[in-house]
Amino acid sequence: MIDLVSKKQWFFLISGILIVAGIISLAVFGLKLGTDFASGTSMTLQFSPPVEQSPLAQAIDELGYGKITPQPEGEGNFRIHIRQITSEEADELAKELVKKLDSQVEIIAFYSVPPAVGTETAHNAIIAVIIAAVAMLLYIVWAFRRMPSPFRWGTCAVIALIHDVFIIVGIFSILGWLAGVEIDALFITGLLAVVGYSINNTVVIFDRIRENVSRHISPDFATTVNSSIVETLGRSLNTSLTTLFVILALFLFGGATIHYFVLVLLLGIIIGTYSSVCISSQLLVVWEKKEWRALLPFAKRTA
Amino acid sequence: MRSRNVYLLIFILALFGFALWSIVPLDRNVFGREGLRLGLDLKGGIYLVYQADVSDIEPANRDEIMKGVKGVIERRINALGITEPTIEIQKQGEEYNIAISLPGVSETEKAKEMVGRVSLLEFRELDAGGNWIPATGTVNGEELTLSSRYFKENTSVTVNQLGSPLLIFEWDATGAQLSKQITTRLLEKQLAIYLGDEPLRGADGHIIAPVVRAVIEDKGQIEGLSLADANELSRLLNAGRIPVPLGRWVEKEGSQVFEPNIPYLEGTTRPTLGAENIKRSILAAEIGIVLLLIFMLVYYRLPGFVACLSLGVYGVVLLAIFKLIPVTLTLPGIAGFILSVGMAVDANVLIFERMKEELRGGRSLGAAVEAGFNRAWTAIRDSNITTFIACIILIWLGTTKTLSAPMVSGFALTLLIGVALSMFTAIVITRTFLRLIIGSRVVKNLAAYGVTPVATKRGT
Repeated sequence: MIDLVSKKQWFFLISGILIVAGIISLAVFGLKLGTDFASGTSMTLQFSPPVEQSPLAQAIDELGYGKITPQPEGEGNFRIHIRQITSEEADELAKELVKKLDSQVEIIAFYSVPPAVGTETAHNAIIAVIIAAVAMLLYIVWAFRRMPSPFRWGTCAVIALIHDVFIIVGIFSILGWLAGVEIDALFITGLLAVVGYSINNTVVIFDRIRENVSRHISPDFATTVNSSIVETLGRSLNTSLTTLFVILALFLFGGATIHYFVLVLLLGIIIGTYSSVCISSQLLVVWEKKEWRALLPFAKRTA
Repeated sequence: MRSRNVYLLIFILALFGFALWSIVPLDRNVFGREGLRLGLDLKGGIYLVYQADVSDIEPANRDEIMKGVKGVIERRINALGITEPTIEIQKQGEEYNIAISLPGVSETEKAKEMVGRVSLLEFRELDAGGNWIPATGTVNGEELTLSSRYFKENTSVTVNQLGSPLLIFEWDATGAQLSKQITTRLLEKQLAIYLGDEPLRGADGHIIAPVVRAVIEDKGQIEGLSLADANELSRLLNAGRIPVPLGRWVEKEGSQVFEPNIPYLEGTTRPTLGAENIKRSILAAEIGIVLLLIFMLVYYRLPGFVACLSLGVYGVVLLAIFKLIPVTLTLPGIAGFILSVGMAVDANVLIFERMKEELRGGRSLGAAVEAGFNRAWTAIRDSNITTFIACIILIWLGTTKTLSAPMVSGFALTLLIGVALSMFTAIVITRTFLRLIIGSRVVKNLAAYGVTPVATKRGT
């Protein structure tokens, strides 16, 4: 039988590196906020013939709309995010771009959000994430109420959840820095869906541990946990694979408007499956055996 | 037990048949629903939110007046023949917003002009040629058209002793003079009420044109309207009395300034982009689902095939639900739909993995199926509840005042309905199919269930 529990230090190390890298990126570069949160105007411009990203960015800067990174969105389309303007002003901007870039411009999507709404949406999104985390913790505590110390199970599941969120947010921070990718209300939506999905995987494994503990399959908790992970491994991987097929198809062929939303789902399914199999149950063992040193990288393994 | 399965099978087939009938062809009229309702990101269209300047209106009357403003805008939009427009009043504290969504429209300027016009109602009379012309009178040497401007604020609806609705109104000083001249002239003739170039119509489509029965000076009443029409007309008249400017408040040099006719929030998607989004989403869904079905068949064999069948039922029923409720489909909604298909498979996979274990443990086929379902149930239930929690929070987030709100709630709603239905699919449909196949003893070879016969000997 594969031993996924004794390798826990490696898993903790890998996750630790990813999380720390994400936190550093967040601290240094932060997140690029889209119109939903940062307000302003965002437009999708269609160019025929197509234009390159850098002359477009330069033209927009020269027209006095600041330094931005136009986001490629589908063939020949760019999405730009600038200060709030009216649709009349947007038409003027499009006319100026036609002159500067010698290409026909059509505004195929236009969003204009005032500052008050942006602030409120950001505020609501934070509330949503907090309520989600608390509600899921309470639910898991309730689901495992018959186990000794249900709070412990809930906490381990929520740590795995926070682990997923940090890695995804970190990746988007790096993407924002490298490619100007912005986060919007759909990013939060994807994040919460993924959190639900990740907990879903964790619950299936915890459910098996709960069953195996009550069947007393082994006196050693670590062995029980490992058997439970291995027994459910087929299921964990297969369901992730089936979901991954459809999401990957959507990522590769689906509409450009939700490209990054689908990326959140894609990353979330992969990271969520990993954290369910390799992090949450291992944390349970660490807590049960009080092996807190195992959380530190390169610590000596206790017997 | 056998007969119960047969009844369940009949139920499933009936459900499937009904769902299939209601969605093929997709634009068939079923209970008044035609086609799927598509969001602005798929159909293209305009979403506008205006702030209303209600500073000139008594706080107690604001709710009623805003309903009237909504009615006025609704009438203008309907006159243009836009399908499924939605107009809603968003009240937040003392602030009133009007949110307008116009699917399929791409002329932003025209739409804005239509909304921005003053909501004055005009009275018209028939000329000799049978055309409705403005009903005018002369006050202080000036020719004026009788309009909703001259109403007092207290237009109301009551019901007389006979139970028929009465619309009671009162004119101000100018209105009383105009009304006296006009009603004297038009005694026993009709007066119609126009909004722009369109006459007001009752719910049944006829033009509202009451006959003048008496000379009306300062007070009058309109009889013969249905209660609904009377209420609507009273609202429109009230809204038309005081202009409610729509626009946005902006901060200029430290003070709040109202800019009329400029929307507070604005979102436009060209129908071409929407069509492109639909095309690509369908392609992606097809590729993803075909891959998924192949995987299920190859890996789980007979149960996999059964899962594919129940997924087919799932997909058709889900589409029927989307059409009949109706759920507005958005691009993220399609992602939610596809994700829910993946999760519908999840429940099946849980059960089949459990079944395999039981078969390897040496149980009989029938017992393995039952144990598979019973034991997998707690995991299916517990794991889906977390998704429900996430969806409910997202639906809340989707009610907030953000441009992405329809996208957020579209995703959450489709995922919620999808996951709920997937539990039903796995527990009822897959189980019934499997029981019937096993009960009929057509397929007994364990290899068909993805378990090598050798493995069964290992059983304890």
